[in-house]
Formats: sequence, structure tokens, C-alpha cells
Amino acid sequence: MNKNVTTPLTDDVIADLRAGDRVCITGTILAARDAAHKRLAELVEKGEPLPVDVAGQIIYYAGPTPARPGRPIGSVGPTTSGRMDVYTPALLDMGLKGMIGKGYRNQAVKDAIVRNRAVYFAAVGGAAALIAQRVEAARVIAYEDLGPEAIREMRVVDFPVIVVNDIHGGDLYEQGRLQFEREVGS
Amino acid sequence: MREIDVAEIRDAVARLAIDACYHLGDDVVGFFERAVDEEESEAGRDVFQQLLENAAVARTENLPLCQDTGLAVVFLEVGQDVHFVGGDLGSAIDEGVRRGYADGFLRKSSVTAPFTERKNTGDNTPAVLHTSIVPGDRVKITLAPKGGGAENMSALSMLKPSQGRPGVVDFVVDTVAKAGPNACPPMVVGVGVGSTFEGAALLAKHSLMREVGSSNPEPRLAELEDELERRCNDLGIGPQGLGGRITVMDVFVEDAPAHIASLPVAVNIQCHSARHKQVVI
Repeated sequence: MNKNVTTPLTDDVIADLRAGDRVCITGTILAARDAAHKRLAELVEKGEPLPVDVAGQIIYYAGPTPARPGRPIGSVGPTTSGRMDVYTPALLDMGLKGMIGKGYRNQAVKDAIVRNRAVYFAAVGGAAALIAQRVEAARVIAYEDLGPEAIREMRVVDFPVIVVNDIHGGDLYEQGRLQFEREVGS
Repeated sequence: MREIDVAEIRDAVARLAIDACYHLGDDVVGFFERAVDEEESEAGRDVFQQLLENAAVARTENLPLCQDTGLAVVFLEVGQDVHFVGGDLGSAIDEGVRRGYADGFLRKSSVTAPFTERKNTGDNTPAVLHTSIVPGDRVKITLAPKGGGAENMSALSMLKPSQGRPGVVDFVVDTVAKAGPNACPPMVVGVGVGSTFEGAALLAKHSLMREVGSSNPEPRLAELEDELERRCNDLGIGPQGLGGRITVMDVFVEDAPAHIASLPVAVNIQCHSARHKQVVI
């Protein structure tokens, strides 16, 4: 199914998303990756407030190239999500509603997605120049010292993604591979 | 004896870094053009369509193909009749990386103290430099920006010699299966067999400098490459791991003599953004 969604994602919209759906996202999302997640997790552990409210938000796992003068952002494709798995259930329990990245999530994240009615999307890894054309505006909102790993707020228009893990237990990576796998010697 | 000013090497390195990150090679573009028709999976065909558009946007807009512009891996083949003048060669190569990554608006992805502070060096130095001395009076520079996602899914195993060819095949296929969507398939798989622990890894890395679609000139290695390609594609992982027939673009195997006790196998995974550029000075 092809679907268009706008942020913030509501529970009704999320309930309607199924693994394999192709979705175009329009609205405001956050971008954060390894180093920013480590800092957020340290704050969560200490019970201190985060520099950004993740409730209701989508986090895009991405660290862009520097923007050329006059451009909102450089190339900005997804990074491998699995490295964020250790930090993710806590953020989902705080109300994070969506994640965009690429690659496998662990069982703890998949469970937290179902428990919190959230969704995990994949963008096409390595399509970073193309995705940059869908970013209207971007600004650093926390941890500027981290350079490419700072937390950014981005306004995107028709950002193409595909649903990997949904609240119904669907997993596109498992389903897709099963459909095309061939036994040795067949 | 031929004198070469290291400034010439520095400027070439800077140009190669930018060229590699903006301009996808004809071998990879050609593969995508065929695959967009041949892939059976609809989601997979859509991936190839997006990757073709991405390569076109990067080329025309002077944008990096991928935000991960990698660590700069440099293979330097130095003719033994060359004498470098004008400064230190290693520093010149790092300065070339520094300038290329700054002038080309490429991402700086190098961090010091990797298991503690992980502080960004801010200029993507140092280069990862592999130098060899060859006959002649020329210098060949090959620069490959190597992204982290696929590098992280690479692996090395010291097999027992009794495991032989089947052991090599199983280890390569298992490594590709584990890499799955994390390594941004369709991948290029570089395999180094033999030599020592570090020698096998270097063979694997060096094999990734070959063009997609090429075969090893040695029949016994070309035949192994073909079998590995079939086996990897039978995994069904497909473009971006969404399921499909095309999981790898190519598999390259290089081998070298090993110790009587050893069978090292290194598998270096390359994402579809298979970037490397070369110049001879």
C-alpha cells in the first residue's frame, strides 16, 4: 500500500501502518544518531530532563554531510539503526512514536514498538543526495559540539520510507527474505 | 630517478576524494540500470530506481552520493625509481584528505580514542594508507571512501586447513546473511583467502577496488566467485534487505599462500555505494 502521513503521527495512523507499506512522510522530524543517543540515555538514567521532548516525535537516524551555502542540508541518508537499539526502548517508553533508519532491530525494540504503539520505517540507505531534495529546512537544536552527530530538527516533504516493524508484529525484513529465499541446490 | 613533489600527491588525493563521493562509477550505474528491470521484487526495483535517481542528483548537484563519505582508504603504489621531494609523503596524503573533505563538503567521520571519548578529528584524517613498492617511475593512487555500515558487517575467521573450500564458502555466505539489510545491499563482497591474519584482510580490501562485473583471471578463483555470487543471491535478502533476487552485485576473491597450519578467510563487505577512484602520476 502507498500511504501519505503527516507528523505528528497519531495512534490511529500508526495502527493502520503495516510492514511493507510504502509511506511518504511530510512534517517535522528529529535527526539523531549514536553520540546524541548516548547523551540522551545518560540523562534518562539520571532522571534529568532531555534537551528535546521526544514524545510524539519521529527520530531519523542520520548524520548529514555539511550543507553548501544556501542549502538547508547536505546529503542525509539513514544510518544503521541497530547501534541505537540499546538506547531505544527507554525513548519509546517516553512516548517516541517513530524511527527511520535501515537494518535490523533487536527483540527488545520490536517489543517496545508494540507496547508503545510506535513504528519503525526504513529509508533507502545510500540514497542520501535524493533524500536531501525532500528536506525543506533543518536546524541544530541540541549538542552542536557533536558536529554531524548533533540533534537536528528537519522539515521534510514526501520523504519516501517503507514500514519494517509495525504494532501488529509484522517484520518486513523477515517476510521479504522468506518470500525470495532459495534452498541450496534448488 | 624521477622526482615528484608531494604537493602533487596531496592535490590528487583531494580531487579523488571529491570525485569518488560525487560520481558513482559507470560499472555500478550500469548494474543498477540492468537490475531495475531484472529484479523480481517490486520493492527491490523501486530501490534501484531510487539509487539511479540518487546517482543523477549527486552528479548534477555536486552532492555526496551517501552522507557516509567514509574513512579515506588510500592504496599507494610507488615505483621504486621515484624520489619524493617537497616534504613528508604521509603528511601530504593527510593534507589531501583534509582539503578534499573540507572543499567537497564531505562528512568528517573519524574519531580518536575509539573506545573512550570518541572525539571527532574534525577533518577526517588520518587516511588509512596502504603502500607498496613496484617497478617503474610512476605513482598510482587509488582512493576509496569506506563507509561504516558495511565495514561493520565484515568478518575474519582463521579456519582449519581441513575445512577447505566448503569452509570458505560457508563462512562467506554466513557473513553476507548476517550482514543483511545493515550493509546496504546489493553489496560487493571482497574475499581474501590465505596469507596471515592481516594479509587476508588486506587482500579482501584490495579486491574491492575491482570493477563490478569483472572476474578473477584465474579460473579456479573465478569459479569460486561465481558460486559465492549464486549462493549469496539465493539468500533472498534482496536490495536493502526488503526481499529479492539481487543481494550482491559481485563477489571478488583473491588468495595468497598461507602457513601450513592456517586457512585465514577475510570477508570485507562493501555497500552499493561502491566508490573508488584512481589516478597515475
